[in-house]
Formats: sequence, C-alpha cells, structure tokens
Amino acid sequence: MSLKRIDLLICCGSGCISAGSLKVKERFQEVLADKGISSEVNIIETGCMGPCDYGPVLVIYPEGVFYKSVKPEDVEEIVTEHFLKGRPVQRLMLREEERLVSSQKEVPFYRKQVKVALANCGFINPESMEEYIATGGYEALGTVLTTMNPQQVIDVVKASGLRGRGGGGFPTHIKWQLVHDVESDEKYIICNGDEGDPGAFMDRSVLEGDPHRVIEGMMIGAYAIGATKGFFYIRAEYPLAIKRIRNAIKQAKEAGLMGENIFGSNFSFEAEVRTGAGAFVCGEETALIQSIQGERGNPTPKPPYPAVKGLWNKPTVVNNVETFANIPTIFLRGAEWFASMGTETSKGTKVFALTGDVNNTGLVEVPMGITLRELIFDVGGGMANGHEFKAVQLGGPSGGCLTREHLDVPVDYETLKERGAMMGSGGVIVMNDQKCMVNVAKFFIGFCVDESCGKCSPCRIGLKHMYNILDRITRGEGKEGDLEELQHLGETISRLSLCGLGQTAPNPVLSTIRYFREEYESHIRDHSCQTKVCTDLFHFMIDKNRCIGCSLCARKCPVSCISGSRDEKYTISQTECIKCGNCQDVCPVKAIDRIPGMHPDVLKQLQEKQNISIEE
Amino acid sequence: MTPISPQDNALYERLKEVIEETKSMRNPLIEVLRQAQDIFGYLPIEVQEFIAQEMNIPANKIYGVITFYNFFTMKPRGKYTINLCMGTACYVKGAPRLAQMMEEELGVKIGETTPDGKFTLSAVRCVGACSLAPVFVIGEDTYGRVDTRDKMSAILKRYE
Repeated sequence: MSLKRIDLLICCGSGCISAGSLKVKERFQEVLADKGISSEVNIIETGCMGPCDYGPVLVIYPEGVFYKSVKPEDVEEIVTEHFLKGRPVQRLMLREEERLVSSQKEVPFYRKQVKVALANCGFINPESMEEYIATGGYEALGTVLTTMNPQQVIDVVKASGLRGRGGGGFPTHIKWQLVHDVESDEKYIICNGDEGDPGAFMDRSVLEGDPHRVIEGMMIGAYAIGATKGFFYIRAEYPLAIKRIRNAIKQAKEAGLMGENIFGSNFSFEAEVRTGAGAFVCGEETALIQSIQGERGNPTPKPPYPAVKGLWNKPTVVNNVETFANIPTIFLRGAEWFASMGTETSKGTKVFALTGDVNNTGLVEVPMGITLRELIFDVGGGMANGHEFKAVQLGGPSGGCLTREHLDVPVDYETLKERGAMMGSGGVIVMNDQKCMVNVAKFFIGFCVDESCGKCSPCRIGLKHMYNILDRITRGEGKEGDLEELQHLGETISRLSLCGLGQTAPNPVLSTIRYFREEYESHIRDHSCQTKVCTDLFHFMIDKNRCIGCSLCARKCPVSCISGSRDEKYTISQTECIKCGNCQDVCPVKAIDRIPGMHPDVLKQLQEKQNISIEE
Repeated sequence: MTPISPQDNALYERLKEVIEETKSMRNPLIEVLRQAQDIFGYLPIEVQEFIAQEMNIPANKIYGVITFYNFFTMKPRGKYTINLCMGTACYVKGAPRLAQMMEEELGVKIGETTPDGKFTLSAVRCVGACSLAPVFVIGEDTYGRVDTRDKMSAILKRYE
C-alpha cells in the first residue's frame, strides 16, 4: 500500500448522494488523474456525516477542513488550491458570524454532539472491514469471547444502564438475562432494522455507514444469551443498508470473525438478512417475528414474550440497530464511562434524525438529558426562514407533540413520557408557526389507520373512527363534543389494543388536544384554520387595491371561478373555488391572499346543506 | 392453472431457480415473492399459484401475505415507479402539494399508471431522506426539495 498524503472523505449518505456527491467524487478522480496526483490522495466514500443540509459534504485530512455544498465545478479549484498549494478554498467553507470555520470539529452542528453509535459514520469507508478494524473494531468481541463468560457480559451491559433504542426503552440487560436463563436447544437474536417511523433515518444511517459495528454488537449479544444464529430484519425501502450488511457479513465470514469457533473460542455464529416488505407494524417485535417466518405481520399477544417463545417458538432477543451499535463501545471504554453520560434513568447518548423547519437538518447524536432547546436551537441551528417555533413532534406516529413551554425539559425516556411524547426511535420533527396541529394529528392517525394490521378491533375500528372525526373537523363540520369523543376513543384504544401500534397510535391526537386545544376549538367553532393549512377553513381573496386586472388568475383557474375586467378588477366566486392555489402562484403582483376562516358564502351553503340533512 | 406462454417460460424458469436457491433458508416465502416481483414486475394470480405449487404452500396463504405487505403488487407497473414520500417531514414540508403537482403533470392519480405505461405513481412511507423533504424516488434516484412544476418536469424528462 502506498502512502497517501491526503485523505478525502466524501459523504455518501443518502442525503449527499441525492445532492450529487457521487458526481463530485467522479470529478475528483478525473482531476486528480489529470494533475498526476491520484497516488497521493485517498478518496474515501463514507456513510452519513450528519449535516445533510450542507450536502454534498467533504472533509479533508490531515487538516480536517470541512467543505459544504461542493459542486463538480468546484473540484478543480479544491485540487489546485488546496491539494497542490495548501490553501483551503475559503468560499466553500462554513462561516459562523463572519468567522471562518477551519475544521470539522469546529462546525457548530457538531459542537454539542457526542458520537458513540455514530463514531465511525462519516469517518470510515463502510464497505471496508479493515477500516472498521483500524478504529478498534472487533476488539470488543475478541475480549468478550476470550476473557468473559456470558453472565459477565450481561453484567457489564447492566452496569452501563443501556436501554433499548428502538422506542420503548426497555433495559437491554433484562432482555438478555431472560433469554440467557432459559434452557433451550436453540436461541435466536434479531436486529430490528424495520425503521418505519416516518421522519426517522437513524438506523438506516448506522446500517449504511458502519455495518460492522452492528454485527459486532449483535455477536456480543448472541454470546451473552447463547444464540448461534442471528437475523437482520431490514425494511425493503433501504436497499443500500441491505447491501452493506450483506457485504459486511460476507467479509466477516471470510476473515473468520463469523462462523465456527470465533477467536478460537467455543462460540459459533451465523447471521442472515431478511427483508421487510413495507409494513409499519413489523417494527413491533412479535409482528417482526411473524414476518421472518414468512407470515402476514400480525402481532401476537404478550405473554408469551419473545424471550420465552419467539422465532420458531424458541427464546429470542430482538434489539434495535442503535442498541447493538452502542455495545462494542461499552466494552471498549467501559460501562462506567457510558453510564457517566445522560441522566439518572437514561444513560449514554441517543441518535436523532432532526428534520422539519430547522436550519440544520440531519443526523445527530447527543448525550441523553440534553434539553430540547439545545437540540433544536444549538445543534439544529434554530428555526429556518425566520419563522417562530411552534411544536416539536417526537417519537413518530406513536409519539406526541411538545410545545414552547417544554423546550427546557431534558430529553430522556421518563420526562418525555410524562409530557405525553416519547423517545421513540429518535425522529424529531420541528414545526414552525405555519403548521396546523389538527392537520398534523390527522396525518398521524391516517398513517396508523393505513398501517393497522386489522387483527384487533380497537385499533382497526377505533382509529378509523378517530380519523373520521378529525377529517370532519378539518372540513369545518366539527361539532361540540368532538374533542371529548376523541379523548374517550383515544384512551380506550390505548388501553385495549393488542400491540404497541394501537396502544400508542392515539398519542399525537391526545397530546395536541392537551397542548393546542384552542386550535381545535377554532376549527370547530369558528370554522377557521388560523395557519391556513386546512383547505376548507381558509379562503383566497383578491385585493382590489393591488390587483392590476391582468386576468392571468382567471385564465389559469381550472374551474373558471374568477371573473372581472381590467377596470373592475377580479373577484373569486367563493362557493365554486376548489382552493388549488394556482391563482396565488401565478399572480404577478401578489395581490391574492389566504384569509383564515371559511368564507361566509361557503359557510351559509354548508349550514343549509346540514339543515336539509337534519330535516330529512 | 392458465397455460404458460413460451416467452413467459424463461421467467418461470428463473423463478424456479430462485425457489431452488432459497431452499436452504427457513420460511423463505417473502424472499421468494420479492424476487418473483423483480422477475415479473408484479405478482399475478398465475405466479402466485405457481409458487404455491413449487413451494407446497396453500395459494390462499400466499395471497394473504401479498395483500398484507405494501411492497407487493398484483397490478402491472409502469416502466418507472415514482415513489412519493409521505413521511411526516415531507408532509409538513409540502408533500401534499407535490403529490397534487405530480398528479396534474402525469394525468393520473396515486396508485395509477400512465396510459403509455411509462410511469406508475405511488405513495410510500418515509424513505428516510427527511432532510431533503419533500422527496420522491424513481428507481434508485432520490430527488429532494422539488418545489416547482418546472423542476419536476425537467426531472421526469430524464426518464425515457
């Protein structure tokens, strides 16, 4: 291997790839060959570096210079100026209040982050096992297999305080202990990579960016519980993650790190990849097990828990991707080190997918106990486009919305739960004041209605009923008592549903009613959506003072409901308007506004219709 | 079973190989169905019956599995499938508007295929590219932050 003087790390996470990082890489190869310095520069495609908003992102070592939004046409300049003359290209570097950010470490986005599960993500080539080993990979497994017995392994995990990162936060060591203690001829370990929460991409990034780490974590777990066979269950929507894990398993087998008598011990292990087929409920462990068995992904009642009767009725541990990703580091750096981060009940770090209306969307890993304010305003860089913060949605469709008053609460399992949200798998969706909370709640319930497997009736029928009420409210046909009905239904569904999907599905509605009640009431009583999101509860108006009478809106209206003339200006016939918004888009002088509230003509028509139906 | 045409024969031969290859796996039905869908583009009843016979699994069970998972389709698809992401981040960043634009552009609704058989428009759950919201995916290409009709038309024109 020849010595390279420069390491060029190109982020090839999904975000950067779609922003064009592969084209940038090709251009680098061309330019380096042109200048005859290909042999001096090591081009490394890494997994997600995190700050997706800046994509495509590059980091150049040894200096650690961080370049953002690099285009193929910038490459020549980077090579001649930076690589040949040693002068970093300042215009591509990040600036913070006029000051140049000289290296990746100083990028504000990274400042409050602590990388454990993501330690190698964006740092190594995920397709190279050698690079993983160079960062200390498989060292933990070696130590475990050669110096510890299974009970000692579980004790270390117990001392670390690690809890399941998939959502529920169940202590990992308890799951392991249960399966360890059961006598059985066969046991299984499963990695749950069915990350179905909309707005979450943590597991995807870890699987794509550092697959060997997940495999190592799984094997340590397998040794602890006495399993010889493991399954990676990864959703079909993540083809790259599937490819990378398959590749990593193959490499590990070839190197003798997987197979018979690993590290000369008595421990033998095989892993296999199974892919999901697009069913959210399969993230629930019993449904996931059904799916691996080639069945419809219907959950089964617990007990019996998978720890007793799991895959093919054998004791089974199901852990999340991020949980496994934490394991090797716990053994390398010690349980005390891990437990020193976080809060009393929630130890270590948590990976979040920060999205929505913040400046720095992307993948972040922060110590547990960080406040939402730090997460959104420091790491996330605050609200985008000058809008105000309104709410943050945590935990996907099972989670809840928190508001401005919760910004200073620490992020840990218990605190979030008390406030009506949950850690979930780690999707954090920040919403600004332009978002309608009733609409958001409807979106989530709609999601769960679609994804309910239909096995138990509270979830199948109850959620549909909740959806219908919410739909009515957003159409201006809400009634007094609707909110009470929603709460009653929500609580019943939570209590009576068979699996986690139904038990948590009403959360977004219950939490938004709790914190944004007045918004629901204004939808019901005033027939008005103040944020102008619900199409039936706002209307378009042409401001005659600004209108220049050009007739463009009238010509573009698909239902021809705009009429007027150059002198009289134009008006919209409200009862015919379908709120497509074309007129607003095409108006050259921006004379068309969205006005909150149903137009009186439309309201009158609606009430007449309702009266007729009552009389009938 | 309906008779198999010669041109289909090669496809069924490939499916047979897949079934053979997965025999070492325990309960490989979902894997077989995935690959069968790759081979045929969709999973019509005839293919389901073929798999049932080859794998010795009741056809009704196969039908049950196919209808449970969103990934499987029993209708033929267009040459390209456009998957509009309907995840939360995309939703709050304008996925409904993107869907409306896409429907107008192609002249079909979500779940339908254009008459020329080129595009199938479909909605999917989160594709995990939330920082680029709103997002749609064609094949292996992800397109983010498409907010005007012109940008969208330009992208669709790349697909021949």
